[in-house]
Amino acid sequence: MSGLYLHIPFCRRKCPYCDFFSITATDSLVEAYPKLLIQHLAWATEHGWSGPVDSVYFGGGTPSLLKPEAIACMLQAINQRLGLAEDTEITLEANPGTVSQHSLAGYRSVGVNRLSLGLQSCNDDHLTLLGRVHNRQQGIDAFNWAREAGFDNISLDLMFALPGQTTAELEEDLRTYLELGPEHLSCYGLTAEPATPLQQRIITGELTLPDEEFYADAFMLVHEQLTATGYEHYEIANYARNGYASRHNLGYWKRHPYLGIGAGAHSFQDIQWGRRWDVPPDLSTYRQALHDWQEPMRCLETFDRQGALSETIYLALRTAEGVSDINLQRQFKTTLQEAFPEAVEKASPWLCRKGDCTAMTPAGWLLFDHLIQAFL
Amino acid sequence: MKQTQIRNFSIIAHIDHGKSTLADRLLEFTGALSDRERTDQFLDKMDLERERGITIKAQAVRLNYTANDGQEYILNLIDTPGHVDFTYEVSRSLSACEGALLVVDASQGVEAQTLANVYLAIDQNLEVFPVLNKIDLPSADPESVRAEIEEIIGLDASDAVLASAKSGIGIDEVLEAIVQKIPAPQGDPDAPLKALIFDSWYDPYQGVIVLVRVIDGSLKKGDKIRLMASRTEHEILKVGVFAPHPLAVNELTAGEVGFITASIKVVQDAKVGDTLTHVRRPTEQALPGFKEVKPMVFSGLYPIDSCDYEDLRDAMEKLRLNDSSFSFEPENSMALGFGFRCGFLGLLHMEIIQERLEREFGVDLITTAPTVVYRVTTVKGEVINVDSANKLPDVQYIDHIEEPFILASVHVPNEFVGAVLALCEEKRGVQREIKYLTANRVMVIYELPLNEIVLDFFDRLKSLSRGYASLDYEHLDYRPSELVRLNILINGDLVDALSLIVHRDKAQYRGRDLVSKMKEFIPRQQFEVAIQAAIGGKVIARETVKALRKDVTAKCYGGDITRKRKLLEKQKEGKKRMKQVGNVELPQEAFLAILKVKENK
Repeated sequence: MSGLYLHIPFCRRKCPYCDFFSITATDSLVEAYPKLLIQHLAWATEHGWSGPVDSVYFGGGTPSLLKPEAIACMLQAINQRLGLAEDTEITLEANPGTVSQHSLAGYRSVGVNRLSLGLQSCNDDHLTLLGRVHNRQQGIDAFNWAREAGFDNISLDLMFALPGQTTAELEEDLRTYLELGPEHLSCYGLTAEPATPLQQRIITGELTLPDEEFYADAFMLVHEQLTATGYEHYEIANYARNGYASRHNLGYWKRHPYLGIGAGAHSFQDIQWGRRWDVPPDLSTYRQALHDWQEPMRCLETFDRQGALSETIYLALRTAEGVSDINLQRQFKTTLQEAFPEAVEKASPWLCRKGDCTAMTPAGWLLFDHLIQAFL
Repeated sequence: MKQTQIRNFSIIAHIDHGKSTLADRLLEFTGALSDRERTDQFLDKMDLERERGITIKAQAVRLNYTANDGQEYILNLIDTPGHVDFTYEVSRSLSACEGALLVVDASQGVEAQTLANVYLAIDQNLEVFPVLNKIDLPSADPESVRAEIEEIIGLDASDAVLASAKSGIGIDEVLEAIVQKIPAPQGDPDAPLKALIFDSWYDPYQGVIVLVRVIDGSLKKGDKIRLMASRTEHEILKVGVFAPHPLAVNELTAGEVGFITASIKVVQDAKVGDTLTHVRRPTEQALPGFKEVKPMVFSGLYPIDSCDYEDLRDAMEKLRLNDSSFSFEPENSMALGFGFRCGFLGLLHMEIIQERLEREFGVDLITTAPTVVYRVTTVKGEVINVDSANKLPDVQYIDHIEEPFILASVHVPNEFVGAVLALCEEKRGVQREIKYLTANRVMVIYELPLNEIVLDFFDRLKSLSRGYASLDYEHLDYRPSELVRLNILINGDLVDALSLIVHRDKAQYRGRDLVSKMKEFIPRQQFEVAIQAAIGGKVIARETVKALRKDVTAKCYGGDITRKRKLLEKQKEGKKRMKQVGNVELPQEAFLAILKVKENK
């Protein structure tokens, strides 16, 4: 089974910390876009990509700028071209400032069964700082409306390690989130990505990110509070109640194949040792390519055995399940210890073993970039 | 060629005062260069020489000149190396001449380096006459510079030539003055051969090429010659002059300057200052002034990538072919792996060699702190020379240690004298003299330990005087001193490449400064890193680099995988340049920290 990702590269306005591809939405751009995606889908299925898919993910950007009818139209095309499995996970990312009771009910009724709400924070000052288009109350309303619309699988985003954030403020956020009681949480420390307005404000000294001690303490605080209330910390930035881990995202970390359509989307094929593709993040190029029936995607890298092995470990160690020796044995005829004895030795204080799997501890995850380099 | 028609001269000038440009003009005016060859600074052949304005090797160029009296002359321009580290080489080049041009920038006046070389020339009875260069600059003030030359050097500057080498002004006058003022050589062409070696270099096809000035007698191809100091004998294969391209001649006679080849394999056999004579009819007395050149400053050079070790050795061997004052021997550091302990004449020489290794031979280097040669007397009464802190015997075996002192002359405008004195005092100097050369120019003379000079004296001197101070020094003697070995420990492991020999009174400060500098350069690691400075078993300073708490990419989804993994791969590649000490990874900057110690009172 494979996954399908649809990139919706429009936002009302761009958040200053975001480095994903998106442009300012206009009605005409947004309305014309689903057609392009359907064309792309047609192109992909005529060029070797096939289904069925067991997860569909509308990401962005701001997919909730699309009307439920547009989503329905695309789901229908997906079902025709690739085939949707019986219990397909269909996720839509939604910005609380762009949804209504009506639209949420619409999404649910056309088949979206998982909602990822970009709440980020429940602190109005922080929401302003993050440049979000919604406030605390709108966020809470959106969540409640989603419940009313029948969403029983909702994910909330939480950002921590914000400029000037105190531990008390983070605890307050966590309290509000837990009261809402989502099935899934994605928790990110704020990072200054290259070439974002946020990074610029940090360089000029206008803003200061908390130091690494605060980040580490905040990360552990979130971990402890959420795991104590029944969430599993199943990936560095992701928590879920039992059975609600994101199937789509787990596919990324398990190196399962996925097709990404839309300008700026990435794909992974599991033929041979694997191959990664992207669509150039430029809407007019994309439109032109589809119009000319030219290849809209370009190959980013083709793996050899060693590269595939390294990447398998790099991705799997992000998850609580970790790296399975049975899997490595099956795919690569080796084990973690055998393939990377020195890296394992170096990381050993932060590794734990469960059955045939080796995983990182939460404290190890905090050093993930440092520890993982020895496996690359 | 009759000696009356020969003039041998050299040009004395401070860096940037226009020596190379003037030399180019002289070549041009006498027709020695074709138009096509008129690149800037013909004599400075190496890029490095051109860029830094420093002449490293001596040159000798023959110019044919028809003077205003209608007679033909041969002018031999002997270009001397121009830096404080090469005083001996300069003195030998000068003793191949009868006269010298003192080139002074008409807007800047006399500098210490110039002064030192002028005194060298006067001591050797050279006829010195001044040329005021850059006369066409708006800031040129020939009258006060003229007065300064008379006042400071005691040289008659009333008929100094006013010139601008850049604009070609006064070049004829310079050539005329050379003929008129500089005496012709007065050797005895019939006496036994006596020729001075004033430089040599290695040529892969011809072996060592030796620059000589024939004082008495004559030499020609086929002659059996003896190098008196080296005590070796050779047969001359080729005799020639540089005009400026090599040109074979039948013989060189008394008064003439040229080159010979004699299947000499290494430059170390053709020592600067040595006397060349005939085997069959030798001179009784060698020329005075010969000295064995010994390296004064040592440092360890290590390839950053240990795979470059062989390349580094080859590169050093090539450099040594042309530089008898550069020495190296293999050295092994636990922290840095295999490398070399190298000896240099001085700091500039060290910098030049390092730069050439990196630039011409493409080897990336880590350099350990420069050190001088200490003389250690053991309790058993043995005397050993120590050129590396790691070779210093344990304290219980040492009776006493002596360190080399130099006599430093700092030439500085009045307003900076206070700061210069403070610096010299801080550097454990002993004041010898303060001379007011003019109302505004002062010569501060200090006896200073060389080990303080090799640290950061030049840089500090330049910055405190806004670049106006200049320095010259000569070696004095060895003096007993309270010296200790300062060790740096990283998580308890001694990092041999960072050990230093310092004066006891400075150890505390230096230790503290060093560990705090290193702290800045050592990134957080998986574990806490303790940086300690210790004398013997006693820790005198400590800093801690806290353990890494956070180094994580929060998001990694479908579109991030390739880009973020590649970033990590790049980081990993960067870390390969780090050196491993115990389980700690040290970036190169941590090793360079030791070179950047600043002392502030």
